[in-house]
Amino acid sequence: MTLLHVEDLNAFYGDLQALFGIGLAVGEGECIAVIGSNGAGKSTLLRSLAGLHRGKSAKRLNFAGREVGMLEANEIAAFGMTLVPEGRRLFSSLTVEENLTIGRSAGRVGYWNLPRIYELFPMLPELARRQVTRLSGGQQQMVAVGRALMTNPTLLLCDEISLGLAPVVVKGMYENFRRVRGQGTALVVVEQDIGQALSVADRIYCLRRGAVALSRRPAEFTRDQIAAAYFGVAEA
Amino acid sequence: MTNPADIIVQGILLGGLYALFATGLSLVFGVMRLVNLAHGDFIVVAAFAAFSVVSAVPIHPFVAIAAVAPLMAGLGYLLQLGLFNRLLGNDPLRPLLVTFGVSVVVQNALLMIFSADTRRLSAGSIETQSINVGAASVGVYPVVVLSTALAVTMALQWIFYSTALGQRLRATSDDSEIVGLVGINHLRVFAIGSAIAFAVIGVAGVLMAVRGNFDPFMGPARLLVAFEAVIIGGLGNFWGTLAGGLVIGLAQSIGAAVDPAYQTIAGHIVFFAVLLLRPNGLFPKVAHQ
Repeated sequence: MTLLHVEDLNAFYGDLQALFGIGLAVGEGECIAVIGSNGAGKSTLLRSLAGLHRGKSAKRLNFAGREVGMLEANEIAAFGMTLVPEGRRLFSSLTVEENLTIGRSAGRVGYWNLPRIYELFPMLPELARRQVTRLSGGQQQMVAVGRALMTNPTLLLCDEISLGLAPVVVKGMYENFRRVRGQGTALVVVEQDIGQALSVADRIYCLRRGAVALSRRPAEFTRDQIAAAYFGVAEA
Repeated sequence: MTNPADIIVQGILLGGLYALFATGLSLVFGVMRLVNLAHGDFIVVAAFAAFSVVSAVPIHPFVAIAAVAPLMAGLGYLLQLGLFNRLLGNDPLRPLLVTFGVSVVVQNALLMIFSADTRRLSAGSIETQSINVGAASVGVYPVVVLSTALAVTMALQWIFYSTALGQRLRATSDDSEIVGLVGINHLRVFAIGSAIAFAVIGVAGVLMAVRGNFDPFMGPARLLVAFEAVIIGGLGNFWGTLAGGLVIGLAQSIGAAVDPAYQTIAGHIVFFAVLLLRPNGLFPKVAHQ
């Protein structure tokens, strides 16, 4: 069944249009990767879905059977779609544990709670009382993912969670996603690293200049087709 | 000349009232990043509200706090939702212009309703009672005011650092956009923050009304003192704001001891000195990132 159904999504920054008629579908429990070069509109797409981007319009933005195109981010989070934002954006005056427990504000109960987050990220319990500014990038990313999971989303959007992290940390992060998916949570990940994207995703959307250039299953792609969609090189 | 112990004790006690003036401003600036130029006028509104309550029902002014504080909290909640929330954004001029306008409107509304007469609330014998502590003679009422300032600071500190509401207030202050992703409506959090600040304004207004005369136009002077206390103490720190109030109280008391004409200017000079020497205040909030 379709969890998220998007038709003709446009987004603007003032007079500048960033997304052009995006169409997108995410099934229940599915993992989608969105790839594309810098400035292709990946972050704007996720921010529009999560309700953070104001200058947007969509013919349909249907999540779990509801039109959410006009809703605020907090209402969308309460319905079960949230975002791990680019650059983590943790609450700097809150401790690690407070950054996690604030996810309860969405008012959703489910599989994810504080003990389960600590089990998923065994490094975090001993850091619980620390200010998040004193954590390493990888640890901060764990808190950011944990905070989003604490809202018990049915669809989790992840914006460049591998950015600036050591490869071994990224690998661990993606292994954790298997467990997240095991709980029936669907994922949309934005990735610069195409190899990473191909390995985790059920389907891939490639964005170029704010529009969907290509969408298929990873196995149906050839390297050349991705390169063509990614960089806009004309296909031979 | 009065003895030094007396001067210091009077200064600290006066500072208690200044701290109460400043606490609400500190909260509003700390959480909403909003500079409310009508802050002082709302203190005066609270004083007139207490005056009306006490005129209508023969109760002690301290009891009137129980009516005025919730009333002011409600006013703060509605003002934030209906007006101040619309001023948020990157332009710092908008809140300044609008709250300045609110200040003018409030002063003239008070003038229309209550006339320009100076008023005062009588709290009975407690106003003149004093106890002798060593060399200093300590007024009972100023001690009540200082204790209230301490209690309010502790209460706010507790709300902010030990409750789920405080966690939301701090998170919203950190990043009002991202709190939406965990299901928090930042506009509502701001309204609650404003309600708390206005409740404190209510307490401050009643205590001010008992301490001395008031009229519709004395708001801006209270705002100035509140500003100075917040900045001396360091932004976003309730204990710092309390300390800032005490510092101004002390400075004024010492200035007045030298020459009564120096009372007000002494407070401003100390404020100026702090700005020059420690622009972040005496107790700046721990720097984040």
